[in-house]
Amino acid sequence: MIAVRARGWGWRYAARRAWAVRGLDLDLEPGQRVLLLGASGAGKSTVLAGLAGLLDPGTGPDGSGRGSVDGTGEEEGALLLDGVPVRRARADGVREGHARTGLLLQDPLTQTILARCGDDVAFGLENHAVDREEIWRRVEVALRWVRFPYGVDHPTSRLSGGERQRLALAGVLALRPGLLLLDEPTAMLDPDGAALLRERVGEILDSTGATCVLVEHRVGQWLPVVDRVVVLEPGGGAVADGSPREVFAGHGTRLAEAGIWVPGVPFRPDRRADDDRRADVGRPDVGRPEAGSRAEPDRPADVGSDPENGPLLAARALAASPEPWVRRSRRSRREAESVRPAVRDVSLDLSPGTVLCVVGPNGAGKSTLALALAGLVAPVAGEVRAEPGLAVVDGHDAGPHPRRWRPRELVRRIGTVFQDPQHQFVATTVADELAVGPRRLGLDPAEVTARVDDLLERLGLAHLARANPFTLSGGEQRRLSVATALATRPRVLVLDEPTFGQDARTWAELVRLLLGTVRSGVAVVVVTHDEPLVEELVAHGGATVLRLRDGRPVPGAGAPGDPRPPHGDAAPSATPRRPDRAAAAGQPVDGSRIPAGEAR
Amino acid sequence: MTVPDVLGGPAAANLGAPLARANPVAKLAVAVAVSAALVLTVDVVTAGVALALEAVALPWCGLGPWALLRRGWIVIVGAVPAGITTAMWAVDSGAVLAGLGPMTVTEGSLLAGAAITLRVLAIGLPGVVLLATTDPTDLADALAQNLRLPHRFVLAALAAMRLFGVLAEEWRALTMARRARGVGDGGLGGRLRTLAGQVFALLVLAVRRATVLATAMEARGFGVAARRTWARPSRFGPADAVVALGGVALAALATAAGIAAGTWNLVLT
Repeated sequence: MIAVRARGWGWRYAARRAWAVRGLDLDLEPGQRVLLLGASGAGKSTVLAGLAGLLDPGTGPDGSGRGSVDGTGEEEGALLLDGVPVRRARADGVREGHARTGLLLQDPLTQTILARCGDDVAFGLENHAVDREEIWRRVEVALRWVRFPYGVDHPTSRLSGGERQRLALAGVLALRPGLLLLDEPTAMLDPDGAALLRERVGEILDSTGATCVLVEHRVGQWLPVVDRVVVLEPGGGAVADGSPREVFAGHGTRLAEAGIWVPGVPFRPDRRADDDRRADVGRPDVGRPEAGSRAEPDRPADVGSDPENGPLLAARALAASPEPWVRRSRRSRREAESVRPAVRDVSLDLSPGTVLCVVGPNGAGKSTLALALAGLVAPVAGEVRAEPGLAVVDGHDAGPHPRRWRPRELVRRIGTVFQDPQHQFVATTVADELAVGPRRLGLDPAEVTARVDDLLERLGLAHLARANPFTLSGGEQRRLSVATALATRPRVLVLDEPTFGQDARTWAELVRLLLGTVRSGVAVVVVTHDEPLVEELVAHGGATVLRLRDGRPVPGAGAPGDPRPPHGDAAPSATPRRPDRAAAAGQPVDGSRIPAGEAR
Repeated sequence: MTVPDVLGGPAAANLGAPLARANPVAKLAVAVAVSAALVLTVDVVTAGVALALEAVALPWCGLGPWALLRRGWIVIVGAVPAGITTAMWAVDSGAVLAGLGPMTVTEGSLLAGAAITLRVLAIGLPGVVLLATTDPTDLADALAQNLRLPHRFVLAALAAMRLFGVLAEEWRALTMARRARGVGDGGLGGRLRTLAGQVFALLVLAVRRATVLATAMEARGFGVAARRTWARPSRFGPADAVVALGGVALAALATAAGIAAGTWNLVLT
């Protein structure tokens, strides 16, 4: 129930030339719930950190509080909570035993502070010098509020992402903040975990009447919770302000162009003439005469007619675990399984030009299955077998076990895109990053350059060729990580949550890219929570859906809209088939069929 | 999303045992007293008596032989080779028992080797018991509440330790991601380059994680100069004092035995 007032407020981080936020004028009535929108880089998180009183300009060279000597940046204007400057409000809260603001961040893993759930919730209360008996009473209440399923002694290391996020919310709520600050709190959760958190936040705001400022890309799901929308522009303060209906009616198109999922505004992909070519970067050289050269870009998926195109990769009764020690002793295996369910009983075939979508809740074993198929973790039981169509490239047979291939052999055959692009970056410039794979294949420099330039142009990264990959935006990093996997023209492409945390524009680009890759004859495996993505891949790529639960395939379960009847096998299995050729050839893949915006 | 408990935690120990239950600061006092006594001297009697007395106290620590071996193998791995090397290379004295070129095992060097092994074991054992029977959170509470160490440092260190588990997972992801990129098989030089790059990437990720963690902690009032309360009381009672004094007595007895036997010698001289 705190009123917020900003007057010409701005913040510039030390060592940055540009102001993250500048000229912000804003008044929030007590109890208002505001959705803060803006393209990435518009300073939304900075506003939240500012409101939380965490931005400290230090004393300044002249003691004026304007420059940065021991602080983290430079501030201008005023930011007030109930008329009190934010940093003083924070300190007052600590002394008085209840916080003015509560901040919930995006990354569940990093927000957990202590090893036991109760201690983690108590942490803030201890800092606010609340008495011991009162601490444990408030911990109990806060855990009940978020419907936390475990006791205070439960180890935080055993929590899922959604549970961690609710625990962090409990830690914030225990301090009874009058202003709740939410920084993309559901961006890294699966749909069930996200829905549960949204529901809890809504109910808690209803019962406490707290003011709320929310930053979120995926607008639609949060609309029932908010009553006002404010749009920020990089360094430009608030450029639109009003009820959700007004703002989306007046600025919907511009917001969509900035990559925001605007409800009711269909996403408009840029209809450049080379869209199809951009999408077609995934073409492998399958050993045919024109392989390696740039064939005409828009060939239908005729690879399916090649006689040699049986399955590329097969899994039989596969069981895998991400824990490296799982095979060593029964004891540690039991421990590992109690902590992280491995995946088991999976049988499937991957054929050229097909898509397999692996779906299921967090902890169902989706990522582990992807790692096993990609030759990155060894099967615990059963096998992953590379058929000759995959194992033999340029007359070199790497053998049937992808896990035993040398990195150089692997990268030519199976491309993997990790959930976090930064895990995969090994070079200091974007162009070098793309060249790493082709160089490992021993291609001559001219061919390497040709491939790199080609990918840079098609993925719209040409202007960033000299930039450091770590400095790119989230969407650019994602496109780069997919491009690096495609640079070696693998025959199988495995992607783990490729659309995670992406804005609407990058999302549509990725869909186009994946469909083009499939059409060029690559077998694609996509692990995802993203239901609209699955719908797109099923509708336009003939994708098969494998649903996992507790590490096992759910028999006969497909995604909504899966056109194929489930298999009647006694043993649960998923056997993706090639999309039938007429359908594949008849589907233009030009974004115009991608109702991305509507799906939100 | 799970984080392996790299610090082990007291999973395999019987925490109801009298010494396991003692305040972490008391256990720490035992370890410090024993270490201090044994750092001063290298001799079989002092180290042997200390180790024997520790063995007598072991049944009250709640660690079975198997649990002890699992937690303490690293100490044995350090102690035995150190002793063997000393026996082979130390200054010779007394009768020659075996020899091969410059390497001779004499009565004197064998004794020195035994002393080194016993000393490392006797110093290591209280530490192993401390780590195996103490929850890091309890240790932090005790350090801040009983020893009055500055709570900002203690709690920051505790939170950072949890981050180690996250980093262990990041390291595995980095390793797999590098294999997927096709790097890491180019001979020794290539491997070293890959490793260096991976270490750098881990540092970048660690800094990013630590920044978020610090923000989350500050958002809950950490770091404001003000009074703080403790949800978990850490009490240092008479029983804990007995444990700590027991450690001091153990160290004193061992030293007295060494002096009485005439083997005690100050290392520093």
